Amino acid sequence: MSHFLRRQGWVIGLLALLIVLFIATRIIQPGYGSGDFGSLARAVLPYAFAVAAQTVVVIAGGIDLSVAAMMALTSVTAASMMAGASEEYALLVVPFVLAMGLVLGALNGLLIVVTRVPDIVVTLAMLFVLQGAALLVLDAPGGAAAEWLKALISGTVPIPGLPDAIDAWLPKALLVLVVCLCVIWVPLRRSRLGLSIYAIGSSELAAFRSGVPVKRTRIIAYALSGLFAAFGGLALTMSTGIGAPIPGPYLLASVAAVVLGGVALGGGKGGLLGPIVAVFVLRLVRTDLTLLAIDPNVTAIIEGAIMVAVVMFGAFITMRGRQ
Amino acid sequence: MTTSPLLDATGVAKNYGAVAALRNASLSVLPGEVHALMGANGAGKSTLVKILTGAISANAGRILIRGEARDIRSPAAARRAGLLPVYQEPSLIPDLDVLSNLRLTGTPVEPFRAWVRELGIADLDLRDTARDIPLAVLRVLDLARALAVEPDVLLLDEMTAALPANLAEKVLEVVRRQGDAGRAVIFISHRFVEISALCDRATVLRDGETVGVVDIVPGVEEKIVELMLGTRIVKTHVAARSAAEKAAPAPARPRLAVHNLRVGTKLNDVSFDLRDGEVAGVVALEGQGQDELFAALAGSIRPSGGTIDVDGSPVKFSHPIDAIRAGIAYVPGDRSEALAMQRSVRENIALPFSAALRNWGPINMRKERATVLSAIERLQIDTRAQGEVQRLSGGNQQKVTIARWIAADARTILCFDPTRGIDVGTKQEIYKLLRELAGHGKSVLFYTSELEEVQRVCDRVIVIFGGRLVDIFPVEEADEPALMRAAYGLPRGAKADIGILAAPTASDAPSSDALGTKP
Amino acid sequence: MSTSAITPVPFGRRIKRFMADRPLVPLIILLVILVVILQILRPGIVNERWIANTIKFAIPLAILAGCQTMTMLTGGIDLSVGTVATMSAFIMATQIVSQDPAIAFLLAMMPAVLIGLVNGIGVGVFRVHPLIMTLGTSLIGTGCLQVYQRTVIASGAKIPGFLAWLGTGVTSGFPNALLLFVPLAALIVFTLARTGFGRLLYAVGDNERATRLSGVQYWQVITALYVTSSLLAGITGLLYIGLIKAPSLSLAEPLVLPSVAAAVIGGTSIFGGRGGYTGTIIGALILTVLTTLLTILQMPEGARRILFGLIVLFVTAAYLRIVEER
Repeated sequence: MSHFLRRQGWVIGLLALLIVLFIATRIIQPGYGSGDFGSLARAVLPYAFAVAAQTVVVIAGGIDLSVAAMMALTSVTAASMMAGASEEYALLVVPFVLAMGLVLGALNGLLIVVTRVPDIVVTLAMLFVLQGAALLVLDAPGGAAAEWLKALISGTVPIPGLPDAIDAWLPKALLVLVVCLCVIWVPLRRSRLGLSIYAIGSSELAAFRSGVPVKRTRIIAYALSGLFAAFGGLALTMSTGIGAPIPGPYLLASVAAVVLGGVALGGGKGGLLGPIVAVFVLRLVRTDLTLLAIDPNVTAIIEGAIMVAVVMFGAFITMRGRQ
Repeated sequence: MTTSPLLDATGVAKNYGAVAALRNASLSVLPGEVHALMGANGAGKSTLVKILTGAISANAGRILIRGEARDIRSPAAARRAGLLPVYQEPSLIPDLDVLSNLRLTGTPVEPFRAWVRELGIADLDLRDTARDIPLAVLRVLDLARALAVEPDVLLLDEMTAALPANLAEKVLEVVRRQGDAGRAVIFISHRFVEISALCDRATVLRDGETVGVVDIVPGVEEKIVELMLGTRIVKTHVAARSAAEKAAPAPARPRLAVHNLRVGTKLNDVSFDLRDGEVAGVVALEGQGQDELFAALAGSIRPSGGTIDVDGSPVKFSHPIDAIRAGIAYVPGDRSEALAMQRSVRENIALPFSAALRNWGPINMRKERATVLSAIERLQIDTRAQGEVQRLSGGNQQKVTIARWIAADARTILCFDPTRGIDVGTKQEIYKLLRELAGHGKSVLFYTSELEEVQRVCDRVIVIFGGRLVDIFPVEEADEPALMRAAYGLPRGAKADIGILAAPTASDAPSSDALGTKP
Repeated sequence: MSTSAITPVPFGRRIKRFMADRPLVPLIILLVILVVILQILRPGIVNERWIANTIKFAIPLAILAGCQTMTMLTGGIDLSVGTVATMSAFIMATQIVSQDPAIAFLLAMMPAVLIGLVNGIGVGVFRVHPLIMTLGTSLIGTGCLQVYQRTVIASGAKIPGFLAWLGTGVTSGFPNALLLFVPLAALIVFTLARTGFGRLLYAVGDNERATRLSGVQYWQVITALYVTSSLLAGITGLLYIGLIKAPSLSLAEPLVLPSVAAAVIGGTSIFGGRGGYTGTIIGALILTVLTTLLTILQMPEGARRILFGLIVLFVTAAYLRIVEER
């Protein structure tokens, strides 16, 4: 039990914070209801995938600066492919785009492994490359999304036998997120590959000496990151109905949520749940500030200050823990 | 020889650019033997080990395992070939728990548990994260993990270093029994005692070449030393100094006076003096509070009680700079803790000069050069590779860490196991240097894990056990048995209890407590 | 830079070792190659005016890359330089309307000092990862700037004549900006090589524990470093507004990633302990020439970015190979 508490303490704290924030939201805006929660879930979706993409790489001891650019590229690719095409065609587009993310992510990892250039530099270069590629696909926001894709994340999940009141609090977007992440993450975490990812992040030398194929594992971690980023790109297209070639603020947000979610930037520690909860916390703070009718610019300042304060506090705690 | 070797490596060579780390090394290990691999620092031991375990690949040479040529390209391949190393730094993943570490390497859990018990660790929680486990235990776990898969050849790199005597005994016992099962162990060690007790044969490397394979028989040590040193053999025997040779009578005020020093639960009520012109030894088993004592004196951690007086006035250190200002310098045992590895010898030696805020301005290059050069000369540092400290040998690196404080003219030097893992020649030089410093009126506090060093270097010996000061010996009485008894917390004059060294149990030796294995 | 005679016997290895000993040489060769390509594509383009123009645009990048070089030596990075430069420039341009130039200057440098201080304390005292810390402060800075913009929206902005002269002016073939840059660059190079502070930057980046045991107080070094970095960024902002002449809320933002790239291309290790400013200056020149080259080739924006990214990657990888061959 103490092991569990020690390891999950941070996540539990975050969940508590999330609940407090929900209560605060209800107090600020007594009318805050299931519909608002649905739009929160939809807004969180691309962020959550970006964070998942970042988390995998950070656990493996790296960092991926190209997450947002990857999302932009996959989003415009999907949107331009679906523009004017039939609904069924989209069934092909989705796996194609996901495969593209996987391959480009693996390319990130391959470049890091083969060139031995630091990950920050490689993914920075890839940021330029992917951004450029996105601009070549679509030089202005455009394209379209299949209706069924858009419908996939709007509305709620009808579960027979559940009263509507509860049903309404289960937005489809949340379900999509949970399913996509669980299908990949849960089996991974328990597998030897998952352990290897933690191992190379924790200590590359020890991992190498334990017989972990360090290079291959690193490539796989980046490939997974690319896959999650592609999910994020699809989520963008699904929620906006178009694709935009200019990357959104997802890089910074993903790093912030990873840190807030208790994943050490050195690697080897943490899980996926923490960062995902952290995304909800950060988005909900934004909602609350908007509900309080605070100037959006001031909101940006407060958001930044929260992020910095959280990170400083986290660092302070680890420092105290070490002494 | 009638039996064919389990492992037979011949003509192994490895170059790093123009530098040859190994020229022509060979190593042949028979089934059922414990085989020592010896050589001074830089002789190529670690390179050979890395090649055998697949960490790096050789430029030339042939490796046969059970008579079959094998190309060992990765640690995983070495593992499959039945070759398993246990390195000096444990290779458990720090952030994973023990169980995950086992799963990662595909180690069966039950045999592992059995070995852990065998090796004297009574209760281990497999859910403990490796990072939270003390180093000594971690090394034993690493060994147990290797043993659990029953490797044909087990490679142990300085296995007993950093192990407390009770664990070391168990480890040696287990290693000895490996041979009986027809398996082989390659045993790398600087300690002749262990080698003569344990090994059947020894392969000696010098300058990247195998210069001899000898059978371990009584009196073979001289021969091995000869082989290791080649023509450069220097026999320096520093005899114990008699009381008459010692520095002038103690001045009224000690240089450093420690009263009832307390650090958390690790160190309790420790009091002693350190005088100018003396080398005071500190002897303790692993983890008895000596790390905390040195850290507190060096200003790295704050004591939770007691006082430290320097030249008669009380001091409170909150950062190493405070200690340095008081003339107290700390030389850590781990060189990688003390050196900026990518920087030059000069910058490393000059590092303390620019530490204080007021010295951030332009550097007087000429003056710095003169000071640094004189320190280099005094310590005879080999400066052929001075552009980057990481290219120096271990012994030379250790000299740089000491040279830094000689250049800075520190009055008191705290040396924490400065001779750990360095070659015999450099060890001798360091002993000489410490005596010289004392001769010049400096004071030295010298922790050593090798008891024989005490007689060579120290004037007095402070023995610590379980965080408490056990005794302070004059050097004449500090022979190894006496020190060993004291290190186990037994008062002076007590009868030499039979069997103390062999099997201290958890009940009579609180040492296991200090190791983190809860009784 | 003396090019010693190369005997042709073991030619390939000889060249590699030569380049390893003088890491600046491959960079200069690359720069020359780029200029030659430019000259081949547009014969006659490489003239006095073009050189002056290139240097003019390279200087702000080079100063910001100097911030990156110094922070990278300690194993850090300063991503807030773009925001700091923008803030200084914007405040200068808006305050000069109503204030004395000296006061406007002081006001313009205030956010630089503040952000540098916060960065330094966050990294040095609280031990936050520099990437995160500086991203965070740049986010806050941008927010503050947006709020500030609303308060001065009525009063308008102008570019001080002196800054325009410094930023765009050319005196007998030499850009005036060199008046600022040459002493600044000399100071940075000297600081890194010959002062206690410079030594500490390298040492802290190489092995922080070792510096602590040698009596170095980490927070002092780091705080001083990030304040210095921010001040340099602030000065860059003033120079840059003189060059661009259009205050905007994202003025220097596009320089941030290239500044990192310039330092990396220039051979500074992003993990700390290794590198220098001379390489960085050449790195900044290379990136500027490259930008011109791509503009002349009339590449679509997308293809330009792709090529830019690939070249950053390629140069770093090639550099790594050359340096490692020892």
